[in-house]
Amino acid sequence: MRDSVHLLDAVVVANGFPLISGTTLSIEQGTVTVIKGANGAGKTSLLQLIGGLVPLSHGEGVVAGVDLTRQDRREVRRRVGWLGHEGSFYEDLTVAENLAFACAAMSVNPLEIPQVLERVDLLHRIDTRAKDLSAGQRRRVGIAWLLLRRPEIWLMDEPYASIDAQGRAFLEEVIGDASRAGATVLVSSHDEIDLGKQKYRTITMAGGRVVRST
Amino acid sequence: MIRIALLVARKDLRIEMHSRVLTWQVLPFGVMALLLCGLALGPTAAGHSHAAPGLFYIVITLMALLMVNRSTAIESNRGTRSSVATLGLDPSGVFLGKAAALVVEMWLASAVLLVGTVLFLHVDRAKTLSALPTIAVAVVALSLAGTLYGALTSSNSGSATLLPILALPAFAPLLVAGERAYSAVAYGGNLKVWWGLLLVSAVAYLILGILLYGVMEES
Repeated sequence: MRDSVHLLDAVVVANGFPLISGTTLSIEQGTVTVIKGANGAGKTSLLQLIGGLVPLSHGEGVVAGVDLTRQDRREVRRRVGWLGHEGSFYEDLTVAENLAFACAAMSVNPLEIPQVLERVDLLHRIDTRAKDLSAGQRRRVGIAWLLLRRPEIWLMDEPYASIDAQGRAFLEEVIGDASRAGATVLVSSHDEIDLGKQKYRTITMAGGRVVRST
Repeated sequence: MIRIALLVARKDLRIEMHSRVLTWQVLPFGVMALLLCGLALGPTAAGHSHAAPGLFYIVITLMALLMVNRSTAIESNRGTRSSVATLGLDPSGVFLGKAAALVVEMWLASAVLLVGTVLFLHVDRAKTLSALPTIAVAVVALSLAGTLYGALTSSNSGSATLLPILALPAFAPLLVAGERAYSAVAYGGNLKVWWGLLLVSAVAYLILGILLYGVMEES
């Protein structure tokens, strides 16, 4: 199976500070990878690098077939989906409006919105503004956004933060489904997480480097 | 580019319709500022009407700064930035869309302020109406410049204070040209020069924005 992500001595520097300091990593397509590490270890920066959200300062990197050193990072962005713990949408738009915006931007059929919202159990909040949702419900809107987009690579930054057991179980189910459908999933977490029956790889980061891979 | 511009403009206007920042915060500020200007000038109606074009443009410039700040803040949540960035939107389209939404909002704000100039500053209604085309173009130029400077300061933690410092010098020629054009229509003078300057500025900021918005976003 081809690599979805390949980094060689990757370095990311922002404001003179190395966020990623020489990371070498290969991730196969259709697999699930959990990125562990303490706060400030570089987990979010690694996800941002893979998503083309920050530039590669030194080293080599190929994500979804796009060479990060030569090609426009926007090419990578179109192939990844981002789920952040801060909320991944416009606070003053309703759930339906947020998803309709994403659908229109990506030329995805908006008729799928009710179906996806039913899956994430938010159909009853379709006309609620994002800022009026609970933390768990906001996460579900982000998941709905990903389910509609079906990106090649799912980048989930601390998706387990402040959600209950039911939410965690649902997230595990979604990650499993995405992986089975051929998507590559990367999940960052500073806590221990258990993806149940889902086969996954764990990499541990510290000081902007991968220090362990199991 | 046009498809993305329409999408982004609709999104920004919808956000405004829900949040009512223009209606409940920016417009009351503008009307209060205009009223205070009238009070500061004293009770003479003649003095008011001749100062009206300048006061109108000072207040509309301050309102533009507030609206640009708001337009930038919509996108500033870190999660939203990352998530929207992965949509891979054409930056030129985003610039046009954000500027178009700002133009619509600023046109509405201008309409309300013009009523204010008639009521508080005793400007003749017919003269105000005849100045509308120059005001419309000045607002377009202000919105395009504001959107560009908003992108320039958006990634900075002190963007709310940095924006006026950087944008006001760029707004100054527009403010002067707008005021001169308004005065020329209302009280006589060379309209062509100022009208031309406003049009050239609007086109220049349009071209600069289309070319540079993506670079500014990335930086």
